[in-house]
Amino acid sequence: MKRHLAAGVSGLLLVSLALTGCGQRNAPAAPSGGGEGKKVATIGVIAPLSGGLSAMGNGIRNSVELAVRQANETNAVPGWQFKFVAEDDQGSPDPGRNAATKLVADKTVVGVVGPLNSSVGQAMQPVFESAGIPLISPANTNPSLTRGADLANPVRPYKTYFRTCTTDDVQGPFAAKYLLDEGIKEVATIHDKKTYGQGLVAAFTEAFTKGGGTIVSAETINPDDKDFSAVISKVKATNPTLVYYGGEFPQAAPLSQQMKAAGLGVPLMGGDGIFDPNYIDLAGSASANDLATTVGAPAESLPSAAAFVTAYEAAGFSGGYGAYGIQAYDAGTALIEGLKVSLKDATDVESARAATVKAVGAVDFAGASGRVAFDEFGDNKTRTLTVFHVADGVWKAVRTEDFK
Amino acid sequence: MDLFAQQLVNGLSLGALYALIAVGYTVVYGIVQLINFAHGEVFMVGAFGAYTTWILMGSPSHLSPGFAFGVVMPAMLLGGVVAAVGTALLMERFAYRPLRGAPRLAPLISAIGLSIALQEAVRLFYGRIPGFPDSRRAIPFPVIDGFTGRSWQVAGVTIQYSTAFTLIALLVCTTLLWWFVNRTRMGRAMQATSQDPDTSRLMGINVDRAIATAFAVGAALAAVAGMAHGLRYNNIDFQMGFMAGMKAFTAAVLGGIGNVNGAVVGGLVLGVVEAMATTYIPGQFGSSAWKDVWAFALLILVLVFRPQGLLGAKAVDRA
Repeated sequence: MKRHLAAGVSGLLLVSLALTGCGQRNAPAAPSGGGEGKKVATIGVIAPLSGGLSAMGNGIRNSVELAVRQANETNAVPGWQFKFVAEDDQGSPDPGRNAATKLVADKTVVGVVGPLNSSVGQAMQPVFESAGIPLISPANTNPSLTRGADLANPVRPYKTYFRTCTTDDVQGPFAAKYLLDEGIKEVATIHDKKTYGQGLVAAFTEAFTKGGGTIVSAETINPDDKDFSAVISKVKATNPTLVYYGGEFPQAAPLSQQMKAAGLGVPLMGGDGIFDPNYIDLAGSASANDLATTVGAPAESLPSAAAFVTAYEAAGFSGGYGAYGIQAYDAGTALIEGLKVSLKDATDVESARAATVKAVGAVDFAGASGRVAFDEFGDNKTRTLTVFHVADGVWKAVRTEDFK
Repeated sequence: MDLFAQQLVNGLSLGALYALIAVGYTVVYGIVQLINFAHGEVFMVGAFGAYTTWILMGSPSHLSPGFAFGVVMPAMLLGGVVAAVGTALLMERFAYRPLRGAPRLAPLISAIGLSIALQEAVRLFYGRIPGFPDSRRAIPFPVIDGFTGRSWQVAGVTIQYSTAFTLIALLVCTTLLWWFVNRTRMGRAMQATSQDPDTSRLMGINVDRAIATAFAVGAALAAVAGMAHGLRYNNIDFQMGFMAGMKAFTAAVLGGIGNVNGAVVGGLVLGVVEAMATTYIPGQFGSSAWKDVWAFALLILVLVFRPQGLLGAKAVDRA
């Protein structure tokens, strides 16, 4: 066992040495394509490029590549040519960390966009922190990545980590605001006691009662449960006009179906955990009019995204830009905007890394998803969310808003 | 009062589901003193069998009620029973019979291994069959028009068709089981085997067949429960047997393991306690998430004061 480990480790070392070697040799001299005499800086992407999430991951990859191509065409940073590399994290932390280690070892890497999953982001953060390279995620929605475990007393854990997407903790207040605007004042809440569900319901409850709504009953379920009849009967007795559920679709779908079968014919609303086509499959016709909030905006509804969509389609990528393509494009642009400042007078990439992190933190521009600027935690100041509802068996966008 | 009656109905129907599965634990324990921990998976296979039958019939949807109740549902039920009984018989023949003389721990480990193997087999291979849905996540159970989601309103209490189906299924199954065990030759052979297998063999009873029959009977009831589960919750998945099996085992112990009446009473009591605990225990300990705590607390109390269970275990002590 030990010998295998040793062999594996030394193999890894060899590979990474070889890679660093390549990077060093290429860095100063080899200009690629049209960049005659230009210095090379590499922009990386880490996303799930294989497996179940690869449709979203490839959308991220392509969108960032588009931003890099455009930067090269417009000669965004005079004297510098950008190179693009993409690594696969397979949607899990370990391959993600390995990909991160591989990229930071390349001396020409100036910054990386990715990953898709919050858990993968968590595994990659320390690698980028110790290398001093900015990591901008287009899709990590877990609030603790930028604010630490205690959200009441936020402390930014990693100074090199930024994100262009909106976090989970504003979904609850956003849902509360939407319901109050719609004139819905009596809501029952149910959650599954997991971090995501409990947090969602807590944030929702606070904003909803502050806005003048009433929580008529607050219930919990076990994620293992199949039978929700007892809790539904209890909730039904309090006559809510809507049930707000904190959790994921495998429980939410049967809950919605059983609610309607038990005669509690009110909509169920949840966060992005229930925003999945499977939710509609499992709940069947009972899911009609159920609601979900998601972070971000659907591209087709954003006027600022039109140019991106046109350019993406013209670029001839295989596959669409996916759910997070716009945020990924903006993340790539944010990085390039930062590089415009930090690379301008730099002699090489490594010495400019600290300046790059600082410059990325200070960017402020009109991106495809709206205004992009980072707050003191590295979160995007613009927080866009969308309410969807189920109509004719599919999720349809009802309202997109910049929150607060 | 309405709420009480409603929760009683909810609890009884959930309990009926537990009871249908619990009978399988108790019948097998009564005859071979083995806790068949793979029984929850037999229930799961029963549900998948019913679903498979529906697919093999060409996924019929939007049926006339007569055709649905007269042909499709009985066929699904039969398909589920065939799948579950087949699985249980193979299980008994290849995993338990070779270990019959072995120390008690050996068949128990064998049961746990089988349970994992059956779950994984469904998870990995069911969805690979062309035309079958991906079994790694929950599969929506067929919607039967005129049945799914329908209910009666009786004095402010909602009684769903699927609730009625479960309760009637329990009634019919237990009546048939009573008749089978007490009025047929094979039933009496099972009773004799449970009292003393060696003497039964001397009396000319085919003990192996009696034991296999016990497994088959339990599996048939579990398949009915699997069908009821699909109709009630509208989805099935490869893990559904684990928690249901756990609860049913609890019900069997609560009622007195080895005692068929005990399994039924234990199941119903467990279901009603869960429903009532959700409603009538105030504060944060009263919500649905805590109902299992109260159910298991009741089990511990019963076992402290009546270790043989509510109706008493019938298992014969063989020194």
